[in-house]
Amino acid sequence: MKDTKKVKEKKVKKNRRHMSMKTKRRIGNTAIYVILAILIIIWLLPFVCILLESFRVDSPGQSGNVIPKVWGFDNYIRLFKESDFGRWYLNTFIIALCTAVLQTVIVLCMSYTLSRLRFKGRKLLMNVMLVLGMFPGFLTMIVLYKVLSGLNLTGAHALPGLILVYCASSGMGYYVSKGFFDTIPRSLDEAARVDGATRFQVFKKVIMPLAKPIIIYTVLSAFMAPWGDFIFARYISHGTSSGYNVAVGLWSWTTKTSIGTHYTMFCAGGVLVALPITLLFMFMQKYYVEGVTGGAVKG
Amino acid sequence: MKHLTDAEYKDLSRSEKIKYRLRRGLYHLKCFFDPSRVTDLEYLRMGKFKKIWYKIKRFFVSIPSKIGHFFVKVWNTIKKGVLAVKNEFVDIFTTFKEGSWQTKVSYFVMGFGNLARGQILRGVLFLLFELVFIGYMIIAGGHWLSKLTTLGTEAGQSNVYDPATDSYIAAPGDDSFKILLYGLLTVIFIIALIYTWRVNVKQNKILDKIVKSGKKIKSGKEDLHSLVDDQFHKTMLALPLTGIMVFTVIPIIFMILVAFTNYDALHDGYSNLFTWVGLDNFNELFSWSSGTGKLSAAFGEILSWTLMWAFFATFTNYFLGMFVAIMINKRGIKLKKMWRGILVLTIAIPQFVSLLYVSKMFADNGLINGFLLDMGWINDPIPFWTDPTYARITVILINIWIGIPYLMLIATGILMNIPQDLYESSRIDGASVWQQYTRITLPYMLFVTGPYLLTSFIGNINNFNVIYLLTGGGPTNPNLLTSGGSAGDTDLLVTWLFNMTTGAETNYKLAAVIGIMIFLVVAVISLVVYNLIPSTRNEEDFQ
Repeated sequence: MKDTKKVKEKKVKKNRRHMSMKTKRRIGNTAIYVILAILIIIWLLPFVCILLESFRVDSPGQSGNVIPKVWGFDNYIRLFKESDFGRWYLNTFIIALCTAVLQTVIVLCMSYTLSRLRFKGRKLLMNVMLVLGMFPGFLTMIVLYKVLSGLNLTGAHALPGLILVYCASSGMGYYVSKGFFDTIPRSLDEAARVDGATRFQVFKKVIMPLAKPIIIYTVLSAFMAPWGDFIFARYISHGTSSGYNVAVGLWSWTTKTSIGTHYTMFCAGGVLVALPITLLFMFMQKYYVEGVTGGAVKG
Repeated sequence: MKHLTDAEYKDLSRSEKIKYRLRRGLYHLKCFFDPSRVTDLEYLRMGKFKKIWYKIKRFFVSIPSKIGHFFVKVWNTIKKGVLAVKNEFVDIFTTFKEGSWQTKVSYFVMGFGNLARGQILRGVLFLLFELVFIGYMIIAGGHWLSKLTTLGTEAGQSNVYDPATDSYIAAPGDDSFKILLYGLLTVIFIIALIYTWRVNVKQNKILDKIVKSGKKIKSGKEDLHSLVDDQFHKTMLALPLTGIMVFTVIPIIFMILVAFTNYDALHDGYSNLFTWVGLDNFNELFSWSSGTGKLSAAFGEILSWTLMWAFFATFTNYFLGMFVAIMINKRGIKLKKMWRGILVLTIAIPQFVSLLYVSKMFADNGLINGFLLDMGWINDPIPFWTDPTYARITVILINIWIGIPYLMLIATGILMNIPQDLYESSRIDGASVWQQYTRITLPYMLFVTGPYLLTSFIGNINNFNVIYLLTGGGPTNPNLLTSGGSAGDTDLLVTWLFNMTTGAETNYKLAAVIGIMIFLVVAVISLVVYNLIPSTRNEEDFQ
């Protein structure tokens, strides 16, 4: 009698615990939904604000009301009619295109060699690269600017100069791509070598077809970087508006003297810059995610 | 340390006895100076906190011996280096003494040995290199090299009377910048020649051997073919390494040299030459007397803020990003893809757009203050960018906003890789969520992302974009106003460096010194962390 009672009690207790677990989880999940929703709002708010602001036609008051009283495309039209924005956009696009091609070639050469070929001095080379990477990248700009301006590749002619600066040292960013090549089994190379392929043939016919994800990742990140680069672009263009890229151009509108008149135009420009990049990013997100996570794990 | 019995000891030879006693002595010495050392068994018996305490104690106790080891290592490297150089010289001499006449001629006419034995391609390349070098040295190299020690003696003048034409003309003078640059290039050229000459000698030695053994000498065609086969790495690395050499290595060496000159706005190099000043710039940076306008005080202040910023920026992002990833990953949460997608999408938008906009949002007359004022929650705008403490906190907060999507992305990938059965079994054992986190998730994450944490810490030390686009380094701090360009409370070393190289008050010498300092900070941190984090040592622990 006593025993059964105990068992019953236990069962009830268990049941109650079970119930409370369930409700607990439900409460926990709801809390998470609430937190996530708040996070999403915080994360998207500035972008929504930029978007709204870019359609504002009334006076660009910065404080208070976000939603414009009068809507219109005036800012976008002014962007191309009254400012150098079109030029900046074209500049950036050309730079991004050239950089994407050149940088991909260089990075692939570098990472493939360091990952899959064994030669004397390979470790030394990687260590030297590591040490070089510890200097702030900007330090070299002082010399490079002087040299490039001697070659007349600065100011209004900043395009080739910038492309050179972006691409020349890009070999040092081989880590992510090398991490990818490291994962391809070596037996593939060896099999091809046994069949009499030269190392170049192994590279071209065996590994490159397998390397599509990393090629896409490299092209994508190389294409996207110049859109956001500020420090090099500002230095090389050196205050000459026709040599600006979008980042420097839009930044020049946010200085104290011009923010009052160019605020809404800045927002419209920001939208125009963010749009293609975001679309491209969505399109290639899979590869990007692979690259970023792989790179993080490999270090 | 093996302890021998008396009988065993007696069996040893004389020299072994001495060795044994020496080792015993060293062991006792070690125990004397290092009483905290325990055996493995004792260690395993310790409680958790005792273990940690023991480890910390051991770390500090072992510092002297570690330093000692370091010096021993350095000494050994130096010894090895000296020996290697000696061997090189010996080899050069013996090759000359024992070599054939073609080899001997090659010592003076590079590539002659190759040409004489039918390796036309290599021979011509060697010879060409030598001729170009000689030509360059006669035409320009000697000139630059001779001026390198002074960096120019006569500044250019704009108004010099010329009696021949009876007018004032500009007299070109020396250009310190050019002298330094071309001087450096010449030195590099000379080093390249010495290296090539050495290769040339080595090749002749090999050729002698081949000729003696009667084997066939590689033809130019075979050499070319090897560039896509055995020597493929040379083909592949040619372009990237040239780029790195010209656009990174030479500029960095140049800037290191600039740190030892007085190159700044006053000494621009042509109207007012700059020259070598030895360690003056470093002395100025390290003269430890504080006060307004003192460079060393400004440097200390900016350095400490840089480290503080890097620490907070890295770890707030890391833990909060992981937290968000865990929340989205939690079983039972729906629409995982949507939550993730929206956050990841914000990565795509170029940082400068969002940073510049957010910077305006937090301004005194910006959106946030406007909203708060309208709602009547505050009476005066919050000084987000004008008060030092507020500015620093705001910068870190906005950096979280920027960084979480990245970390969420990375953490999600790794979290999915953690074997789910670990969680299952721990739940059966009655582990709470918190215990699961601290015992499974966190160790795994820390292990896998150890290197990433290091790189992102260093990335944050050099995080130009976030600081410059948000605050521009402001608010300006009167204590940090120095000859080396003004600095603000949120200025990092890099943004300070940037300010020094632009604007009216360019101060290249100081920029170079700061650059070297950043390098040292980063190098020290990387070295220490690489020796501490486990992922670099035992890579297969979690696989």
